Amino acid sequence: MDKIPILKIGHFLMVAIQVDLYDRLALGLESDLVQAVSKTGAKGVLIDISSVSIVDSFMGRILGNIAGMSKILDAETVIVGMQPAVAITLVELGLPLKGVQTALNVEKGMELLQKKIQITEEEEIEDDSTLQ
Amino acid sequence: MKLDTAKILQKRKKQILELWMKNQLVDFSLREDLMSNEELSVQSEELVNVLLQTLSNDNLEDVQSASFEPLYEVLETISRSRAKMGYSPRETGTFVFSLKDALLNVLQQEIKNDPVQLLDESMKVSKLIDSLGIVTFETFIKGREEVILRQTDEIAEISTPVIRVWDGIVAMPIIGTLDSARTQVVMENLLQEIVATSSSIAILDISGVPAVDSLVAQHLLKTVSATRLMGAECIISGIRPEIAQTVVHLGIDLSGIVTKATLASALRHAFSLLQLEVRRPIVKTKAGIDG
Repeated sequence: MDKIPILKIGHFLMVAIQVDLYDRLALGLESDLVQAVSKTGAKGVLIDISSVSIVDSFMGRILGNIAGMSKILDAETVIVGMQPAVAITLVELGLPLKGVQTALNVEKGMELLQKKIQITEEEEIEDDSTLQ
Repeated sequence: MKLDTAKILQKRKKQILELWMKNQLVDFSLREDLMSNEELSVQSEELVNVLLQTLSNDNLEDVQSASFEPLYEVLETISRSRAKMGYSPRETGTFVFSLKDALLNVLQQEIKNDPVQLLDESMKVSKLIDSLGIVTFETFIKGREEVILRQTDEIAEISTPVIRVWDGIVAMPIIGTLDSARTQVVMENLLQEIVATSSSIAILDISGVPAVDSLVAQHLLKTVSATRLMGAECIISGIRPEIAQTVVHLGIDLSGIVTKATLASALRHAFSLLQLEVRRPIVKTKAGIDG
């Protein structure tokens, strides 16, 4: 069975989806990614879907699920490089993916993640200092 | 004696054609500016040829007969090309109906001894030509509709330009009513441009939209959602007071969207999002030096 590679870069995990996701592949990715987040303790997940040209409601839900699960495991999810047709389809399907961060490309996605993580770290430091 | 009208007409083809051409050339609706007389005679000859080939005594009374198909095809081509060239309906109609005169004229000469038969055959022929006339008009109108549809597409295409106002900021002024078909074009153009210029902010200016109802608002919301999914921010600007009133009266929730009154303030907001600043160059005035 095909697998989508999950790469670890610093504090982040990166997934580049190069093929059109069929249901079983998407489910596999979902469980693999959650496993990887908990194993590596990653702070952010970057999913590049710039090569994905077809989406359905299932795929939309999977993306939402991944974001939700990562959030519980304290990792931010950013989806980058969505094609216009895909965005229109998702909106028409009534899946605006609320709660999922998006960015135009991998570079901007990385910047966004770094900014997010800095903010949370600062908050933690503040919390710690108030405790003391 | 049974008369074979089809045969008679086929025999007198040359005369029919001559008569018809003569009819057309003297008619006041002749348009020499659109088509030369040679072209016209080629077209006429083609039509007469097909008509007389497909015509037989069996199908003369049945205008719906399948054997007339090639005739209708030729007629449709002629009619469509005339619609595109700018002929008026009257001119196109006269083209076909003047053929009737020619045919009846020939019949009259051939069957002059038997008025009953002449009337009978004339009725049949004129029924056939009437049916040809109807086909001509149907295709003529279809041809015109094609032209209108093409123009509608063109207007939709040129009326939604995407302007790059700054590095990373694109703006799209929407002019005219937003319907579903147009929203689709607007959305596609905007999203495509966002990808092409990798802009992180898009400004939708609706100063040119005459009215915003719940449907239009829904279309706008969709566009904003799609832009967000792509990873860009969308600002809606150019909201006139009347539009603000209707939006609130209709109970449309635009709270999730950044809205600005003018394109200028939208641009200012965009600059602040990108952490850019516009300021006057510091000029050292005399007073400044003194101070």
